[in-house]
Amino acid sequence: MIEIRGIRKNFGRLEVLKGFDFSLSNGKITAVLGPNGSGKTTLIKSILNMVVPTGGEILFNGESIYHGWKYRKDIGYLPQIARFPENLKVQELFALIQDVRGEKGSFSELTDRFDMKGFMNKKLGQLSGGTRQKVNIILTFMFDCPVYILDEPTSGLDPIALIRLKDLIMEKKQIGKTFLVTTHIMSLVEELADELIFLLEGKVYFKGTYQEMVRMEKGENLERAIASILEKENAKNS
Amino acid sequence: MLKILKYSFFDLVRSRWSIIYFLFYFVSGMVLLYLGNDVSKAIVSLMNIIFILTPLIGTIFGIMNFYHSREFIELLLAQPIPRRIIFLGMYLGIGLSLSLSLLLGLGLPFIFYGIFASSYLVSLGFLLISGIFLTFIFTGISFYIALINENRLKGFGMAILVWLFMVFIYDGILLLLLILFQEYPLEKLAIAMSLFNPIDLSRILIMLDLDISALMGYTGAVFNKFFGNNTGMIISLGALTIWAAGPVFFILRKSAKKDF
Repeated sequence: MIEIRGIRKNFGRLEVLKGFDFSLSNGKITAVLGPNGSGKTTLIKSILNMVVPTGGEILFNGESIYHGWKYRKDIGYLPQIARFPENLKVQELFALIQDVRGEKGSFSELTDRFDMKGFMNKKLGQLSGGTRQKVNIILTFMFDCPVYILDEPTSGLDPIALIRLKDLIMEKKQIGKTFLVTTHIMSLVEELADELIFLLEGKVYFKGTYQEMVRMEKGENLERAIASILEKENAKNS
Repeated sequence: MLKILKYSFFDLVRSRWSIIYFLFYFVSGMVLLYLGNDVSKAIVSLMNIIFILTPLIGTIFGIMNFYHSREFIELLLAQPIPRRIIFLGMYLGIGLSLSLSLLLGLGLPFIFYGIFASSYLVSLGFLLISGIFLTFIFTGISFYIALINENRLKGFGMAILVWLFMVFIYDGILLLLLILFQEYPLEKLAIAMSLFNPIDLSRILIMLDLDISALMGYTGAVFNKFFGNNTGMIISLGALTIWAAGPVFFILRKSAKKDF
């Protein structure tokens, strides 16, 4: 569904993505892992064409994304930092996005699920970080899309909301939705992800399943496997 | 695009600053008309206010609104709408809401005073048109400056500098050139230079229409002599249109390539 070929991105002299290929498997949850600054968010923003790559190509359903914008109808995107116009109410924001997309979203089930009924008339500027993240999640899932791209979906969520989010993702996966998720929460990866991509300094260091990665690094779990990769890399660089 | 425009327009129209801006024009218009009791004098006084204030307000609103809406822009960029529509819609929304404040703020006092029965209706029309041109031109320039500057302080400073330059410094330089090279024929230079400043162009437009040679200034007089009244007005209107289209072109070009 999404295919990335030789993607490169420079911000001035800083090379963030150094040219790699990968494709997203349909109906699976793919986790993008990597240390801070490894290019995860840049990769995601490139897929949405919010960041314009320096080189390479991104295909969505076999067509280059640079020829159009309609493909974004098929992607539900959850940005890393939930920032909204502050003087809008939650309800107004939902109405606005539906209006802009020209599509009716179904958010009442989601507002129930995340206990947001009482916040619908609150202004977005007054919400706490976690509540804002819930608005972010509802906004992403209120439209029925074949692909969901989630950038750090768990940030600021309390344990209850976290469990509900995991359930939501699993439900969507069961009806065949494709996911691309970045996160630093390893338990989430262990529980949800079918495939892993480990980015390191703008390149794909590893691609495969969770078990393969743990085995390769001879670690006990993912966290230790990643720590061992990073330590090796640090030793190489110093 | 209408959806973005609508949002941006109503967001601004509802804001306190739009109402203050409207009231300022309304009160100035009422005071100048009813105390001075002379429509042509009121138009000239208002012209001097408009030619400083519309560029300033356009500049400030353009830059503040862009920086203030960054979150909104990012949210919209992930939606299935083309980029150019987001930026064009926002820019037009600001320009239209400011123009509405100007149009109502000045239009109403003149209607109360009975402008439809006087011979100055066309002059008022030109005043409002040039005010709207200046609003869009300076909103566009500052919107573009915001687009190329991530640093808000730098962007704000640069936009204010452009305003300062166009309103005050440019005329100073022109005057200085005229004095320094007074032995030479400078008509063409003066005309060319006034084409490069939308505020001068607007002033010439109003002066040619009112036909007040005493207030025309050097460039106005040269314009008058060179082109005559009608051609002069057409040329200045044409140049203003180019001035309004320029920033839009640059906004679209820059926004197509920018990373968010």
